Amino acid sequence: MIKVLLFAGMQERAGTNELELDEDRLLISEIKNALQKKYDFPQMFQGCLSAVNEEFADDDTEVTSGDTVAFIPPVSGG
Amino acid sequence: MKSFEIVTEPILVQDIIDKVIRADAGAINTFIGTVREMTLGKRTTYLKYEAYVPMAEKQLAKIGDEISARWPGSNTAITHRIGSLDISEVAVVIAVSTPHRVESFDACRYAIERIKEIVPIWKKEHWDNGEMWVGDQLEKVSYSKGHPESEEDKND
Repeated sequence: MIKVLLFAGMQERAGTNELELDEDRLLISEIKNALQKKYDFPQMFQGCLSAVNEEFADDDTEVTSGDTVAFIPPVSGG
Repeated sequence: MKSFEIVTEPILVQDIIDKVIRADAGAINTFIGTVREMTLGKRTTYLKYEAYVPMAEKQLAKIGDEISARWPGSNTAITHRIGSLDISEVAVVIAVSTPHRVESFDACRYAIERIKEIVPIWKKEHWDNGEMWVGDQLEKVSYSKGHPESEEDKND
């Protein structure tokens, strides 16, 4: 089980802040493609960063069951 | 007492200063980020901040580490508030203490710029007739290298 967290506009678009993918291993890019197909995000992950277990990660990072993936649209704190 | 914190209650500025005050510091610089009413001609009625809290606190601590490496002898504390904030309420407080004044200004400026690059916090502006997540609209910000570098958000 891979946990996926969504925030801000992506969370609103998906209608949920958390998803669980019943897979043992996936690439970040594969998760993006699956979510884009499912939710049709207007920004198509443009400018969106990825994190695995609270650390920034790249598209070709492989995640395994038990990992938490977060998609981080452009930040605007401060 | 956490030096890098995301909170939901109003921030007391003195509390953040107290975290960095020490005998070998001759300067403490503070930055207070507040909710602005007018942005690009639009009147904000209130703001809502959201964060990926555990990662945001880690990233704030990372900024503290970067400051310690760049300005030896400095001490940093940052608190960012999330939830609904009204006009003029305090959203973020940064305090940096250093042996001498020049470094405290530079380090404090560095901290707020880095917050806008690497800390997973999002701001939603609410107006009388609408709302918008700042940052993910109009593709104002993009990360061509797949991670934050030094892009400026013009609507910050």
